[in-house]
Amino acid sequence: MKRHLISAADLTRDDAVLILDTAEEMARVADRPIKKLPTLRGRTVCNLFFEDSTRTRISFEAAEKRLSADVINFAAKGSSVSKGESLKDTAQTLEAMGVDAVVIRHSASGAPYRLATSGWIDAPVINAGDGTHQHPTQALLDAFTMRRRLIGPDAGLGQDLGGRRITIVGDVLHSRVARSNVDLLHTLGAEVTLVAPPTLVPVGVETWPCEVSYDLDSVLPKSDAVMMLRVQRERMNAAFFPTEREYSRRYGLDGDRMARMPEHALVMHPGPMVRGMEITAEVADSGRCTAVEQVANGVSIRMAVLYLLLGGNEPAVSSPRTDRTEEK
Amino acid sequence: MSKILIRGAKVLGGEPQDVLIDGETIAALGSGLSPEGATVIEADGKILLPGLVDLHTHLREPGREDSETVLTGTRAAAGGGYTAVFAMANTFPVADTAGVVEQVYRLGQEHGYCDVQPIGAVTVGLEGKKLAELGAMHESAAGVTVFSDDGKCVDDAVIMRRALEYVKAFGGVVAQHAQEPRLTEGAQMNEGVVSAELGLGGWPAVAEESIIARDVLLAEHVGSRVHICHLSTAGSVEIVRWAKSRGIDVTAEVTPHHLLLTDELVRTYNPVYKVNPPLRTERDVMALREALADGTIDIVATDHAPHPHEDKDCEWAAAAMGMVGLETALSVVQRTMVDTGLLTWADVADRMSFAPARIGQATGHGRPISAGEPANLTLVDSAYRGEVDPAGFASRSRNTPYEGRELPGRITHTFLRGRATVVDGKLA
Repeated sequence: MKRHLISAADLTRDDAVLILDTAEEMARVADRPIKKLPTLRGRTVCNLFFEDSTRTRISFEAAEKRLSADVINFAAKGSSVSKGESLKDTAQTLEAMGVDAVVIRHSASGAPYRLATSGWIDAPVINAGDGTHQHPTQALLDAFTMRRRLIGPDAGLGQDLGGRRITIVGDVLHSRVARSNVDLLHTLGAEVTLVAPPTLVPVGVETWPCEVSYDLDSVLPKSDAVMMLRVQRERMNAAFFPTEREYSRRYGLDGDRMARMPEHALVMHPGPMVRGMEITAEVADSGRCTAVEQVANGVSIRMAVLYLLLGGNEPAVSSPRTDRTEEK
Repeated sequence: MSKILIRGAKVLGGEPQDVLIDGETIAALGSGLSPEGATVIEADGKILLPGLVDLHTHLREPGREDSETVLTGTRAAAGGGYTAVFAMANTFPVADTAGVVEQVYRLGQEHGYCDVQPIGAVTVGLEGKKLAELGAMHESAAGVTVFSDDGKCVDDAVIMRRALEYVKAFGGVVAQHAQEPRLTEGAQMNEGVVSAELGLGGWPAVAEESIIARDVLLAEHVGSRVHICHLSTAGSVEIVRWAKSRGIDVTAEVTPHHLLLTDELVRTYNPVYKVNPPLRTERDVMALREALADGTIDIVATDHAPHPHEDKDCEWAAAAMGMVGLETALSVVQRTMVDTGLLTWADVADRMSFAPARIGQATGHGRPISAGEPANLTLVDSAYRGEVDPAGFASRSRNTPYEGRELPGRITHTFLRGRATVVDGKLA
């Protein structure tokens, strides 16, 4: 593993499988009455959020607290950033206060990369979503969810997603989730197909390790998992598609379309869902939709990433592996 | 003023000769010229070029003296071998009145490192709505002949047409920054494979090419000449080539950085590579080199764009666009065009001095190196190899994309009307 987690593309197959396996161990902690490990006791993690995000921030915070880290939450709103302080000064200020790792969410693509590589700070940097670039922990939790559902929590250990066919549908152009998933799923051996209206597929997509289709119905029967991306209503004002209704008709997932998927196939959504737009309530609330499970898995994945980046090399006082043995 | 004898210089890269400067002019060329009464400079086979002329410089004064002033910018220009620079109009206030252009012109004269020829804004406040008083700027002491809203595109076709027509009355030229604004909203880098991966807003080649296509046709229609700033795409080259073959009076420039760097560098997210127009692909770079070699592109212009450190020491989206270029331009041209065999030194003299002086009507600049001509000269040690160290720049800003890169060539002497502004690689 590298020192930072900036892009899903930075992970090797073995790195990714190690994170998924570690997350399985972390998930067992969540099933205990006391959901806490002492692994990061005395370490301080800063959640540096320059962009509004409730889900991801809370998920990281839960993961950090379950590992006993001290947590500092920094939200750009109401902070010195709104008074014009730069990313560099903000990060250096926080590091001067003794931060051991920085989890950063930023609206500018590449901001976490800059933070990790510009020599501004020394602490490991975990990308919690940057612009339309990457959101690696989301891709990891998605892969984790797929492996658990398609192979099984125990049977999946050590396994990748070789040969699985994953379809990602929606606003690929503006989606860091899509970019991260294409990279990671490819690394894990899955076959990825992106489905979107041509306006929402980036120019230059031809070099991505995936297929692109404009026809959702033809792809559905061949999918082991269908991941629906959020489509913001305001996109239609920029002529990416004519109306919400037309988008839903052509690219939304409703009950009829879900019926065309193989029986074992999952419906996934990174949230927040726009019900009635890319997904109907019928599908969102069905047993095949893993949206809520993905949230739970997100905590396990983020615990695994924090553990591996911050504590993974130390003979941990109570490594999760030891805990697992104790459980048995 | 005293005499200077430059001994054994390869004039325009030719056979070594002696060149005698007397006062402000070149007195004689030949071999074995008498050094009597003259300061002797042993050129030892260095290349002697006419003083370089930059048709596209941002000197930032008035308004952004934290990034550059006329003094620091002209010192940088002299260091880079320039004897004349055209200062773009996007200052604060904008150079859209006779008052502002005269101020910039006079500052250049007072400091004396390099002649400064102000460029006037085409439209009031660079807003693209209303023509600035182009005639008044032309008639001012600054004698403006080149007009540009550079940094912004004159995107309104009617305003562009009128500007092209209007400046014919006094032989002016409009220099267009070709960037269709709607196609580049939120644009951060060249749109293509790299932008798709990095998730940075794409800047399509067509946003440049569509404006160039429109403007060469407008120029043809109204019988005007038009100059296109900083061509950056292979498609733009094809359009200009087509326009020239059709007899349209168009000239075009390319920057040194577009001859060398590609959008692959943006993978570092280091804003030192953020520039307008953006760095393009290898294919574009090769097309630009070829076009500069075959004359489709007339000149090299630096688009020297100084920015203070804090405007680059940040995340990509927040960073300012632009690179400094005056002090590295000739080295980059040597590396990309001369050392590759695409241009001779005589061609370099054309692309970086004769042709830009002609397009901008810079009197006394871009003249042949012969007896009786003004002694605006640049002596280049083309054998030199060294890493670019921004700490040594005369420019107030350090936003160079070449830091730590090895580039060939070094200016050892620059003469402005017979007076040395650079001696042994140092500002005089």
